[in-house]
Amino acid sequence: MGRKLLLTHIDVPGIQSYSVYKAQGGYRSVDKALKSMSPDDVVEEVKKSGLRGRGGAGFPTGMKWSFLAKPEGVPRYLVCNADESEPGTFKDRYLMTHIPHALIEGMIVSSYALGAHTSFIYVRGEMMPQIRILEKAIAEAKAAGYLGKNILGSGYDLELYVQPGGGAYICGEETALLESLEGKRGNPRIKPPFPAIAGLYGCPTVVNNVESIAATVPIINDGGEEYAKIGIERSTGTKLISAGGNLAKPGVYEIELGLPVEEFIYSDEYCGGIANGKKLKAVVAGGSSVPILPANLITKTIKGDPRLMTYESLADGGFQSGTMMGSGGFIAFDEDQCIVRNTWNFTRFYRHESCGQCSPCREGTGWMEKVLYNIEHGRGTMNDIDLLWDIQRKIEGNTICPLGDAAAWPVAAAIRHFRDEFEWHINHGQEAQSRNYGLAHYADPLEVVTES
Amino acid sequence: MLNVKENLVVDFSPSLLEKFGEIVARYPEGRQKSALLPILHEVQAVYGWLSADMMDKVASYLSIKPIEVYEVATFYSMYFLQPQGKYTLEVCRTGPCCLVGAEKIMDHLEDKLGIKEGEITADGLFSWRGVECLAACGFGPVLQIGPEYTFYEKLTPDSVDALIANLRTEAQAKD
Ligand SMILES: Cc1cc2nc3c(=O)[nH]c(=O)nc-3n(C[C@H](O)[C@H](O)[C@H](O)COP(=O)(O)O)c2cc1C
Ligand code: SF4
Ligand code: FES
Repeated sequence: MGRKLLLTHIDVPGIQSYSVYKAQGGYRSVDKALKSMSPDDVVEEVKKSGLRGRGGAGFPTGMKWSFLAKPEGVPRYLVCNADESEPGTFKDRYLMTHIPHALIEGMIVSSYALGAHTSFIYVRGEMMPQIRILEKAIAEAKAAGYLGKNILGSGYDLELYVQPGGGAYICGEETALLESLEGKRGNPRIKPPFPAIAGLYGCPTVVNNVESIAATVPIINDGGEEYAKIGIERSTGTKLISAGGNLAKPGVYEIELGLPVEEFIYSDEYCGGIANGKKLKAVVAGGSSVPILPANLITKTIKGDPRLMTYESLADGGFQSGTMMGSGGFIAFDEDQCIVRNTWNFTRFYRHESCGQCSPCREGTGWMEKVLYNIEHGRGTMNDIDLLWDIQRKIEGNTICPLGDAAAWPVAAAIRHFRDEFEWHINHGQEAQSRNYGLAHYADPLEVVTES
Repeated sequence: MLNVKENLVVDFSPSLLEKFGEIVARYPEGRQKSALLPILHEVQAVYGWLSADMMDKVASYLSIKPIEVYEVATFYSMYFLQPQGKYTLEVCRTGPCCLVGAEKIMDHLEDKLGIKEGEITADGLFSWRGVECLAACGFGPVLQIGPEYTFYEKLTPDSVDALIANLRTEAQAKD
């Protein structure tokens, strides 16, 4: 059994409530930090832990905190990113639903470390039930003296608020999130300046993912060094993985980083293999933005080593034969699934969610969607594959925010690894048109090979 | 797109205005515009959609220009700029849910309710639309119903039928 740090008490009845959470050892990290540690001590422990941001980019959390500017007389803000909208990712919603106090506790410790006196949890607006849960948890924590003025007699004040979004994936991008929190459209800002210098209301701000914030609790309780003992290399600690698609047991799993991918997919402790006894065809390992890999490359690297659930191992082979950890949204495709249809679907998603500020992203996602629609519906030509390649290449790296890259990578990877399926759709237009949902038996998952 | 033909003129109730006040109090002096998204959700929860008049009144409440409200209301997908059915069923249509049958659920809804995406049933009770990933992919197919965004997971055509029947009964009981 892997160690659990975040979901340890998930099965305890009533763990949503303050009293049960507290009885299980909750809020110890706040007691410890406020009574016996300086804010800098807290930052130091998080640095030692090696914790990397769980929102997708994997930037070391302690380092991000140490960049926060601290000009005299200017407020600083901590904003928790609970926008969770990357297709395939559903761990933050799960954590907030089942153990809301883990996030509230983490917010208090982290706000103390950063010297923030007003902090926000920006939750996507569709998560109204979770917003209600968090508001209740905040009220309970406040009644117990963990929020408000002079917390635990330490002289430290903190107010914590939940802010609903309006339904827009782009607001997960940290500067778009800040714009949205200021009551505007979610248009990402040009960086620099980074939020650490000029964030919310132009003040120094840290934006962190729900899971990153929750992870500070065990780090402060047990010490950063203890946390860093779990995992491999620069992938320390545990990670929540959202496992979806055609798995026997989809759900949210807390794993120790370093777990072999094969074990994650097939062992009964985790996903229990592919649903309905089918074969695995492909995996998107880190949310819809990261490159899709065929079955043979997700369990083993191109060198033949077992692939592990770490930032480094998933990225082994670069984009030619590897992928990325991303947000931990692990989507499994069985042998019946159609890669072309899925690529079209993802591209439609990015076209819908593009904020429209940059022409390569706004126009490029629209073109890719139309071309993919044609191919999927049996009206494509061979030139279309090259056209798609060309469009995605012109988007990548040419936009204000990484949504452009996020839209380009899935298209590139699908063509790189499953070009034969695109060609099949083009050569069998009639059949492609008459097919029902994504029946793709023609593509034997075991015969899929990588090229270029 | 802003709905200029079908304006609904309203007076916000004292209890709604009180909620506005609680929201504005969260932000620093002069940053009351931060309350815009939460306030629009509160208004929509009462009236079911956002009319030009409602948006203008929100603008004047927050001392911002009407255009600042319109540009936000048109940017975000959750705000309805026309009237909807009493229950709007929002089905996730994104990749991972499609792997487990979301498209079949949408086809089923279309047949069962006899309306296309975005239309309203003749009795005014239902409308439906596809929305993007709702962060519940492991429990798909899923749908949600505002204003509280009640969530339904692992949908099958049968469970959708049962849900629609329940909502019909609920609506009759309230009448
Ligand atoms: C288009 C886009 C969407 C994103 N969505 C999210 C999200 O839903 N949640 C999240 O935590 N980070 C998201 N991110 C990453 C954030 O910009 C940011 O890196 C992250 O919140 C930082 O937190 P962390 O360091 O704790 O990971 C997104 C980035 C982009 C470009
Ligand atoms: S890359 Fe796309 S989403 Fe990002 S700022 Fe440009 S247009 Fe907007
Ligand atoms: S794809 Fe439907 S909830 Fe994520």
